[in-house]
Amino acid sequence: MGKRTIIPFGPQHPVLPEPIHLDLVIEDERVVEAIPSIGFIHRGLEKLVEKKEYTEMVYVIERVCGICSFGHGWGYCASIEGAMDIEVPARAEYLRTIWHELSRIHSHLLWLGLTADGFGFESLFMHCWKVRETILDIFEKTTGGRVIFSVCKVGGVKKDIDKATLREISETVTKIKSEIMELADVFLEDNSVKNRLCGVGYLSKEDAMELCAVGPMARASGVRMDMRIDGVGVYNELGFEPVTTDEGDCYGRVKVRIHEVYQSIDLIKTAIDLIPEGELSVPVSGPVTGEYIARLEQPRGEAFYYAKGNGTKFLERMRVRTPTNMNIPALVKTLQGCDLADVPMLVLTIDPCISCTER
Amino acid sequence: MLVSKISKLVLRSLFKKPATLMYPVIPREWQERTRGHIGIVQEDCILCGICSKKCPTNCITVDRNKRKWTIERMQCIQCGCCTDVCPKKCLTMEQAYTTPETFKVIDNFDIPQPAPKDVPVPKAETPVEA
Amino acid sequence: MSVQSFNGRNIVPVESSELIERITDLKADGYRLVQACCTKVSAGFEILYSLDKNNNLLNLKLTIPEEEEIMSITGIYWAAFIYENEMQDLFGVKFKHMALNYGGHFFKVSEPTPWNPKN
Repeated sequence: MGKRTIIPFGPQHPVLPEPIHLDLVIEDERVVEAIPSIGFIHRGLEKLVEKKEYTEMVYVIERVCGICSFGHGWGYCASIEGAMDIEVPARAEYLRTIWHELSRIHSHLLWLGLTADGFGFESLFMHCWKVRETILDIFEKTTGGRVIFSVCKVGGVKKDIDKATLREISETVTKIKSEIMELADVFLEDNSVKNRLCGVGYLSKEDAMELCAVGPMARASGVRMDMRIDGVGVYNELGFEPVTTDEGDCYGRVKVRIHEVYQSIDLIKTAIDLIPEGELSVPVSGPVTGEYIARLEQPRGEAFYYAKGNGTKFLERMRVRTPTNMNIPALVKTLQGCDLADVPMLVLTIDPCISCTER
Repeated sequence: MLVSKISKLVLRSLFKKPATLMYPVIPREWQERTRGHIGIVQEDCILCGICSKKCPTNCITVDRNKRKWTIERMQCIQCGCCTDVCPKKCLTMEQAYTTPETFKVIDNFDIPQPAPKDVPVPKAETPVEA
Repeated sequence: MSVQSFNGRNIVPVESSELIERITDLKADGYRLVQACCTKVSAGFEILYSLDKNNNLLNLKLTIPEEEEIMSITGIYWAAFIYENEMQDLFGVKFKHMALNYGGHFFKVSEPTPWNPKN
């Protein structure tokens, strides 16, 4: 039996994308155990409900994370709308769905670029991010901001997209599909990439269900779980089926996310064809009473929003549970038995977003 | 025989012009809805103070006695709430981003007194029909 | 039916003595843990456990006074250690027999139990 050493990994490390701290117990270059600890980005945003009214709290919740910011705004508004029994107009739901699916494409492209950077393939990283820039230009054209949109409010949306811009979005999204297919060819068929991805970090289906993994991490192990089947938004009318594979290792997770990008492109085009005319929002007034839970599918998995009101214009409790929070036990399990050089790859495959986890 | 599957893509982008822009040396073309900073048309402001109440970050201060409208540029999150609720529509969302500074920028605007209303010149009298 | 209990208000109150039995029954039935969170109310703490099966959400709400110790569910769902450590660090909830206990240092806060201040 070799000698065991403990190596601290993170939060500052050249190859680590997010500030998570892991204490790795290693024995001759093989990881035996990993102990995570977080808390470097804890801002206590949930406690601000005591100071900000529920209509102003949207701007705080949107800034929980930069990559999935629209999803947080939508989830918060959905939980308040459920507690107050407000019916959102159909056009607003379609617009929210279109923005959310564009958000999913940009998040997956960002992740693909970071994965390529994680195993040292910088030119692929730059090409992925170049494609992502066209999506950010669409965001700026429709909402005014590239990263934080400020377009969702309790009761609907604030801005409209006219027909000409919708057609332009449809054409842009079709054009980038061919560019993404070229990049996907490199990820899935290239030999040197496959050497780093296949067989690394295997998570079986029973383990994924036992550890309650969510999102593409669970879908790559064969668990058919997606909040878009029954959740907020108009996915039922667009005809949606979750993407799963059976491989269960890093290669499977890359494949699931690439196919989700193709699926999002199809969903956006269908939504643009079916969008109805109508109002953008309904007026909202009065205090919040009661409690409500809304769930939606962020790019990283299932996100949970619990709102509890106490009859005044301030909420009593707002709880945001983000998908990375639920995937950390699965990360700890896949790290057992891997090589030391694969640790950054494995941390990247759960698609960590530590600022979401710690709010 | 190409070394890797990405070789074709890399060789093609070797001969194209770069995808990045030398910002801020070359200025950027802003989009129409870009949320850069808040501008005010001083003559139309009536100092009602609604923008100050609605601002989620409390960055606008309205002083009625001294007739001043103040905004802290670094606190503003460019959400657009003030432009939506202004009754006289004198606040606009401009496109250029605020420039980076090393101190907290506070902009003061003096609101001029409203111009006295001119007495309307009576036009040629029309006889009132009985 | 499924959309109505997918989100929503399906909240069931439960006593702390029957918590472990309830959760073991639900796990054997195929439910998956979604989250566990805590709210400070005047009577003490209100802890909400959420479980999900086939997109149907079931929530168990437990109200305990501040000083009471409750059983940890990490023996049934190992992944619950994240939520229980967070509740311990931020609110000061006391848990018995936690599988992976960071002893109050999971979150690296500067003062103990910042969301439930003692003064």
